[in-house]
Amino acid sequence: MSFYFAIIGTRDNPLYTYEFGTSKSGGDGVARFREDQRSMNQFILHSSLDMVEEVQWTNRDLYLKTVDRFNNLMVSGFVTGGNIKFLLLHDQKAEDPIRQFFTEVHEAYVKTLMNPFYEVDMRIVSVVFDQRVRAAARKYL
Amino acid sequence: MSLQPPTSPFVPFSPNPALQPGTPSSTTPLSIAQKPPPVSSASLRYASTRRSIYDRNLNRTQRAELSKASFAFLFGEMIQYAQKRVSGIQDLEKKLNIQGYSIGQRLLELLLFREGRSAKRETRILGILQFIAQTVYRHLFNKPADGLERSHDKDDEYMLIDHEPVVNTYISVPKEISLLNCAAFVAGIIEAVLDGSLFPARVTAHSTPTDQYPGRTVYLIKFEESVLEREAMLAGGKP
Repeated sequence: MSFYFAIIGTRDNPLYTYEFGTSKSGGDGVARFREDQRSMNQFILHSSLDMVEEVQWTNRDLYLKTVDRFNNLMVSGFVTGGNIKFLLLHDQKAEDPIRQFFTEVHEAYVKTLMNPFYEVDMRIVSVVFDQRVRAAARKYL
Repeated sequence: MSLQPPTSPFVPFSPNPALQPGTPSSTTPLSIAQKPPPVSSASLRYASTRRSIYDRNLNRTQRAELSKASFAFLFGEMIQYAQKRVSGIQDLEKKLNIQGYSIGQRLLELLLFREGRSAKRETRILGILQFIAQTVYRHLFNKPADGLERSHDKDDEYMLIDHEPVVNTYISVPKEISLLNCAAFVAGIIEAVLDGSLFPARVTAHSTPTDQYPGRTVYLIKFEESVLEREAMLAGGKP
């Protein structure tokens, strides 16, 4: 299983992205997208924003589950209270692990936001945040 | 006027989205100074406890209260700071509003995070207003707001009423600027919560003293048209 994760700001600007593979059942955490597929990932992920914007008004949960499909790929979404969107591209259904992953990233994001030097929609360059996301990915996906 | 209002005043530090590359790279120093480029982890400065902001618990201070005296002192300083840099009442209220705005942005995220798995985003006008009057107000002032009203003649205007705003407790406004209401700070917080939840609105604080409550303040909330259109659509979609 391979994943592509992105945090999208309120102006549809990417704040953070991370590509990784599964660490479950002997996986080494390296993404194995086909080379021609890999360049498409960003497009697929960002095109699902339209779907997220539709679903977020009918589903009041933060975790929106799978919002979009493209061939064999799925996009799961998570919208925070401040309308920051977490999107995860994945190739196998895994609802609960993804929820847990999102929840952990959400916590790290809120902590980032508590930093007075960080403003909404700024790129997240914190090394610690990056470590947190990687750890969550290893733990759940 | 000494200050040029920025074109989008409320997110002054947001970088241009066009300049944002997709992947976070490890820290690369942009300066061409001679000093050796700091390694990404070494460039982080830790507190003496060696704990970063990420090691602190977000739920820890849920019931902790601040000293009112120290808040009053800090708020007084904030007003003085703002007052030295403005030319009129409107400017001053705008400055206070901006100061509150960044608090509101964070508060919204934090309060929703603390609700845990049962957290719900608000999608309707009444829902978000009640969230502010109950949850946000309780968190800030330890009491719900004293009233929530809808304007009689305008559909897009709502009023949140506070009989005695805590922020104004130790403030007496001079006669020559009697129109000033320092609760513009709270109005900024409310505006940020609304904007963050995709209910763009203008929020202003107005003094409306009554005999019983001389400090009574009304926060006038004026939603943008798009909000009402969406509200009508959502209302129509549901039986």
